[in-house]
Amino acid sequence: MQLRLEPRALRSRSMRYASPFIAAALTIVMGFILFAALGKNPLAAFYAFFIAPINSINRVAELLLKASPLVLIAIGLAVGFRSNIWNIGAEGQLTVGAIAAGWVALNPAFADSPLLLAAMIVAGVIGGMAWAAVPAFLRTRFNANEILVSLMLTYVAQLLVNWLVFGPWRDPQGFNTPQSPLFADGALFPILIDNTRLNASVLLTLVVVGVGWVFMNKSFLGYKTRVVGLSSAAARYAGFSEKRTVWVGMLAGGAAAGLAGVGEVAGPLGQVLPVISPGYGFTAIIVAFVGRLDPVGIVFAGLLMSLLYLGADSAQISMGLPAAAASLFQGALLFFLLGVDVLVNYRVRVIRAMATHHRTVPT
Amino acid sequence: MMDMLVPVLAATLGAGTPLIFAALGELVTEKSGVLNLGVEGMMLVGAIVAFITMRGMGNVWLGVAAAGVAGALMALLFAFATLTLQANQVASGLALAIFGAGVSAFIGKGYVGVTLESSANAGISLPIDIPLLSPLLDSLHPLVYASWLLFAGVNWFLSRSRAGLVLRAVGESPASAHAVGYRVIRIRYFATLFGGAMAGIGGAYLSLVYAPLWLEGMVAGRGWIALALVVFATWRPARVMLGAYLFGGITIVQYFAQSAGIAFATQFMSMLPYLATIVVLVVISRDVAMIRRNAPVSLGKPFHPSV
Amino acid sequence: MAALDDNPARLELRGICKSYPAVVANDGIDLRVMPGEIHAVLGENGAGKSTLMKIIYGVVKPDAGEMLWHGAPIDVASPAHARELGIGMVFQHFSLFETLTVAENVALVLPGKPSLDNVVLRIRAISERYGLTVQPSALVHSLSIGERQRVEIIRCLLQDLRLLIMDEPTSVLTPQATTRLFETLRQVAGEGCSVLYISHKLDEIKALCHRATVLRAGRVTGTCEPQGETASSMARLMIGRDLPKCNHPQAVGVGEPGLAVDGLSLASDEPFGTDLSDIRFIVRKGEILGIAGISGNGQQELLAALSGERPTPNAGVMRICGMASAHLGAAARRRLGLCFIPEERLGRAAIPSMSLADNALLTAHGQKMVAGGMLRSDAIRDFARRCIDDFAVKCGGPDAEAKTLSGGNLQKFIVAREVMQHPKVLIVSQPTWGVDVGASVAIRQSLIELRNAGTAVLVISEDLEELFEICDRIAVMANGRLSQTRRVTETDVEEIGVWMSGLWPDRITGAASRQPDESLYAT
Repeated sequence: MQLRLEPRALRSRSMRYASPFIAAALTIVMGFILFAALGKNPLAAFYAFFIAPINSINRVAELLLKASPLVLIAIGLAVGFRSNIWNIGAEGQLTVGAIAAGWVALNPAFADSPLLLAAMIVAGVIGGMAWAAVPAFLRTRFNANEILVSLMLTYVAQLLVNWLVFGPWRDPQGFNTPQSPLFADGALFPILIDNTRLNASVLLTLVVVGVGWVFMNKSFLGYKTRVVGLSSAAARYAGFSEKRTVWVGMLAGGAAAGLAGVGEVAGPLGQVLPVISPGYGFTAIIVAFVGRLDPVGIVFAGLLMSLLYLGADSAQISMGLPAAAASLFQGALLFFLLGVDVLVNYRVRVIRAMATHHRTVPT
Repeated sequence: MMDMLVPVLAATLGAGTPLIFAALGELVTEKSGVLNLGVEGMMLVGAIVAFITMRGMGNVWLGVAAAGVAGALMALLFAFATLTLQANQVASGLALAIFGAGVSAFIGKGYVGVTLESSANAGISLPIDIPLLSPLLDSLHPLVYASWLLFAGVNWFLSRSRAGLVLRAVGESPASAHAVGYRVIRIRYFATLFGGAMAGIGGAYLSLVYAPLWLEGMVAGRGWIALALVVFATWRPARVMLGAYLFGGITIVQYFAQSAGIAFATQFMSMLPYLATIVVLVVISRDVAMIRRNAPVSLGKPFHPSV
Repeated sequence: MAALDDNPARLELRGICKSYPAVVANDGIDLRVMPGEIHAVLGENGAGKSTLMKIIYGVVKPDAGEMLWHGAPIDVASPAHARELGIGMVFQHFSLFETLTVAENVALVLPGKPSLDNVVLRIRAISERYGLTVQPSALVHSLSIGERQRVEIIRCLLQDLRLLIMDEPTSVLTPQATTRLFETLRQVAGEGCSVLYISHKLDEIKALCHRATVLRAGRVTGTCEPQGETASSMARLMIGRDLPKCNHPQAVGVGEPGLAVDGLSLASDEPFGTDLSDIRFIVRKGEILGIAGISGNGQQELLAALSGERPTPNAGVMRICGMASAHLGAAARRRLGLCFIPEERLGRAAIPSMSLADNALLTAHGQKMVAGGMLRSDAIRDFARRCIDDFAVKCGGPDAEAKTLSGGNLQKFIVAREVMQHPKVLIVSQPTWGVDVGASVAIRQSLIELRNAGTAVLVISEDLEELFEICDRIAVMANGRLSQTRRVTETDVEEIGVWMSGLWPDRITGAASRQPDESLYAT
């Protein structure tokens, strides 16, 4: 007796919706086993990870605050992933968007303008797009792999911001700590709920979610980029340009990441620091996949990832677990999802020993 | 200046060594048609496992072996997802990179910033004293020699052995290989695990010899550079060596530029390997015809034996 | 010699069954092959022949039934096991490795680990004995189709061969090369080896085979001796009725040029492709021009240049209804009234995982399906539904995924999609490859009707019978060159078959001026 995978004639719709949940359940089971092996109480860890982070208004605000950049970037990335455009450098594009916004914020020429925040947003989006334009250009012109180029640029971007805050942008009144001066109030997003850190950038994220949904499901360009991703031969046959798809895919991710970068420096950070984001650009990749590259799914997946971040922090405090548990679980979730997804396209069959079958020969 | 030459050469060879292990391993994997992007994650896991083993057992070679096993285990996750469960290779490779980073940070928590006593180099002493060569060979770590042996072995395997011929056939056309009766999936599993083990050893070199300490994310993108190297080398082992030492040299440049009195902010010098990777990728990739001739035809495409 | 009935058959199948998710490929198949017999397995595309052969060769495991080898039941575990038993298979789509040499390819299937030198010697010996010339050190990608098939056959003959399976071997050969192949097979059978010959070509089976087993829709409909049968009696067994013919009145009122190509030369961008040189032809409105030729002689490159997938800078080289268009991309050419049906259905003409409605949008978006950059789903579904209804496409509606349709129905949908755009010029490649007879007739009929309505139609096909059935004029493509055209009524299959080797009379001198191209069609 053996198990065999057989291709399905029709992709299973129910599995498409169920598999993220099954993957999440498997990740939780893995967590339980892990905690038990480490000698920690699994139920207490479960509480610390999933319940404790959201049991107050302030905590929910934190959840939304962390989910916002994840969802935002993931929408942009999903546009690309649906076309097989792998923008892995969102973290770098976020950083450059933050740098661009920071330049506007710290520039004395813009200091008292009522349009300061708007200018920062524009600058951030342009900065993110410019950083994404490099891999797009190198791919369309020279066929260079966008995964590697965008990743290399992430390291470059991090070194760049590092140099800025240790050098030209270092706050003269900052006691030599590597950070820029604090931004003026006009350069910060207004707070939405008093006594929390939740700011208006969340509203921008919601707008992007809506725009993303319309683009992906209702626009001709969205259709064309989807075709390019599904079959380059069919796209060539139809006359849909692969180059344009590369640009659209990369720039969408770059713009979203750049906007998220503005959200960080004009939000909870309030200044430019050597590290702008705790890996949102990479986590957003997982959010995009777990959310099935669909805006609605991405919103839920973003909330889940955010919960994992906060949960890991709270478990670190209450149970002494390393904060890196968050990325471990996030990576595991993605792996489980990829594995469970097999059931969308294949069916498991149990094969018994081959039956023999006698038939008279027809005359 | 001349007395700088030996240390510079030694440092260049050393800096290139982790790239050699990771890139040659990935080359074998890719020759079978499997694209494993998770090299960075496998190197990180190899680095921390080697470090912990070294702290616990005090033996470099045990550390290296443990790293190889750990890298292979990580590769096994990837292989199971992509070869058995038919998951998308690119997404799975990314998942492995992220997961490996998470695992290594998690188990390395207690070791951040801890240093090892630098292991005695135990290089090879030549019986006669050749200028330049003797002091150079004397100062190299045995793992550097191991990397040269690896190169020779992989080269022989791919171009002269029957198993290497079968591997190349699988990479070119798994459907034909299957029709002729070869166990495509099994061969790809072996190639992938081998790549994982080599990546793990590459990581071990970093944490045991190059640094030697543990920091989160200390591989600093070398896994990704190794992937670029395989493309740059158009899947030929000799060019992998060339590329790895080129990158080793670029990495070393920043340290020696400072002592030679060239003043550039350190961050910009640190950018050089990454920028160089981009340049190298562009130069090689633009010749689409050459890539098409040398890349394994089935690279990255899933294969399901329809039984 | 004992009577045939007392000798055990070399190979016997009893009640073989095999199902796949969407289709029952084999349903209780019985088969008997005697030693030294050339046994045909006859059936049209989709009857289950290939699956049956894969079961015999150990590539696929049957769900039920048993197999007897020399009277004893066996279970063929793998192709290597099949080779050990003495079963060899030459696949329809060859299983050779292009970047390796002939010797390396052969070495990969030989048991034990023979040295390459030993393999080369053995190849030379077999070559001599059977007249199958091939260079052991040549890289496979540089070989012609005929040569590659020879490598596959040599590979089989190097084992102690008892049963040779040939899967649709002549679909890639000229008529002359086919004759040579038959000589080889007769020699092999004469030495006691059995041959299983899979085909749907009735006249070949009549010429070559001793017995035939006929399959239809996965079942055996009968066995016969082809020499004693006529083409129509075998056809009746194969499709259950007589071969239908198309209604084909002569072209009426042929108009101005719809598609004019003048001096098209193009280097192939495939590593192993064929360069085009100086292609010239005209297709007028209201006529069908057919281009015959074996695949691999530049057809793919020509189609890419015509469809717009490979634009060329010299705009005037191609004109659609008089408009210079060689520099335009595929979408722009569609706007000029050009429609194109490629030979690959799934993965090029249609996307397998998309619905029929979404696939309609792929080329027909000019039919008012897009407004202001946004999709109009009603218009899209309406169009898809009209295609389905007008062409009787059997499917689950406009939302059915393309891959759930059978080959014939999907091809009907694709043809419908293009035809319903009322193109001025239609280019079709292999219109009925892999399509069942009923759908084939419907598709050919729709091409004729389109022609009657004034469209210029260009058909590129390997199927000479089909071309002679529906075309008004015919030309041949060989080695990247195009012959002159001939009225279909003024030529025949024999002459076209000769032209397919590149041997057409030179336009200027009027005499055969070219040497036969050895590397391509050495027979």
